[in-house]
Amino acid sequence: MTTSTDTPMVELKGVKKHFGDLEVLKGIDLRVDRGRIISIIGPSGSGKSTLLRSINHLEVIDGGNILLDGMPVNRPDLKGLAFERHINHIRQNMGMVFQHFNLFPHMSTLDNVTLAPRRLKGMQSTDARELGMELLERVGLADKAKAYPSSLSGGQKQRVAIARALAMQPKVMLFDEATSALDPELVEEVNRVMKGLAEEHMTMLIVTHEMAFARDVSDWTMFMDEGVVVEANTPDRLFSDPDHERTCHFLRKHLGSQG
Amino acid sequence: MDFNLMIDITPLLIKAAWVTVDISARALFLGLFIAAALVALRTSRLAPPRWLARAYISVIRGTPYFVQLLLVFYGGPAIGLRLDPFTCGVMVGAFNIGAYISEAMRGAIESVDSGQSEASRSLGFGRLATLQHIILPQAAGLMIRSIGVLAIILVKNSSLVSIISVVELTYQAQRLIGSTYKPLEVFMLSALMYIVIIYAVMGMIEFLYRRATRYTYR
Repeated sequence: MTTSTDTPMVELKGVKKHFGDLEVLKGIDLRVDRGRIISIIGPSGSGKSTLLRSINHLEVIDGGNILLDGMPVNRPDLKGLAFERHINHIRQNMGMVFQHFNLFPHMSTLDNVTLAPRRLKGMQSTDARELGMELLERVGLADKAKAYPSSLSGGQKQRVAIARALAMQPKVMLFDEATSALDPELVEEVNRVMKGLAEEHMTMLIVTHEMAFARDVSDWTMFMDEGVVVEANTPDRLFSDPDHERTCHFLRKHLGSQG
Repeated sequence: MDFNLMIDITPLLIKAAWVTVDISARALFLGLFIAAALVALRTSRLAPPRWLARAYISVIRGTPYFVQLLLVFYGGPAIGLRLDPFTCGVMVGAFNIGAYISEAMRGAIESVDSGQSEASRSLGFGRLATLQHIILPQAAGLMIRSIGVLAIILVKNSSLVSIISVVELTYQAQRLIGSTYKPLEVFMLSALMYIVIIYAVMGMIEFLYRRATRYTYR
């Protein structure tokens, strides 16, 4: 395992994925250095969510390579339990946040956050509790530690989901349209938590429909369409002076109301 | 109505009702393990175990319980399978209900949103740990309700083991009619006992269901 500082935190080389006849990812290359924040934008069906899910191996890629801090995510040489052990280890280093939160409804908020460190890292319950409370504090929900997910608003649920992902102290956070399912007035509270992470130099990959947020928070923005990266640039450049007609067209449609 | 007769035969019927409860409880207990094994086979990554489980479930569902019972009890000895009536009743009941319970379990597991499993896997939990900590606790409510319905069917089906002369509630009732010639009284009393047993089962199911779904009321 390499952990030198020039090893990219996440690296994709020629990643391909198809669902039946439909090619969803047509050879994607991407390099994310540690502490960088990459936002991925694009129309529905462009492959951006599939890309993010592939990094976490929730989608199995058909070609190419994905590396997390120099470690290969996909290991076709490993089978059965050996692969399961490998991928579980890899996933413990990535935090994933989903559009629909996917909190565990049968557990309190605190248990949602502490389950993984307790069960996977063997953390003592007092230590896990301390860590859980610290993380809930960080997302502004310490007072909801005993609440069950069903009693939380969408924004609160997503903040708990972020705390849950952070509990394993991941090397990278993957956000799959984290605010798309939220009422507009709840988006800001989640964005604020994500900005907080950005300020702490967490490496992040953010798939989003929030153009203003992408522009504001990321170091690099990728525009994807039909399974390819159409263009990638600094957000200032990509949003104000895109090189490609497809990007212009997409941004015109999406920036209309957000400026 | 001969109430004195009904009072006289009550102890005998209660004793027989206990055999009905005993045979059903054992069959259910064993059936749960058979069902779990079938679910494991059906969700295997390899095809042959899946085929095996599917074929087994099809055979059980495609044939009457009564025929299964007769086949094993009377046909079994021809291939060296000699079971006493009580054991035969338990085994056939278990293998029969196990097939149905496995389908109920699988249905309940599949009813849990796939996002739950994804969230668990993304944290680094394996397949089994995900099933244990995330999926089963959420599937439990539906599973308990479905298994409860099947348990009720199991209790009622147990009356069929009278045909292989297990002295359970129905068999005892028939014997008593042979000596008293009072079918109305005897059958009414035995029917009442079935109702009591089944209400007890329903009460237990409801209790377990509430326990399993407590989190939804919080």
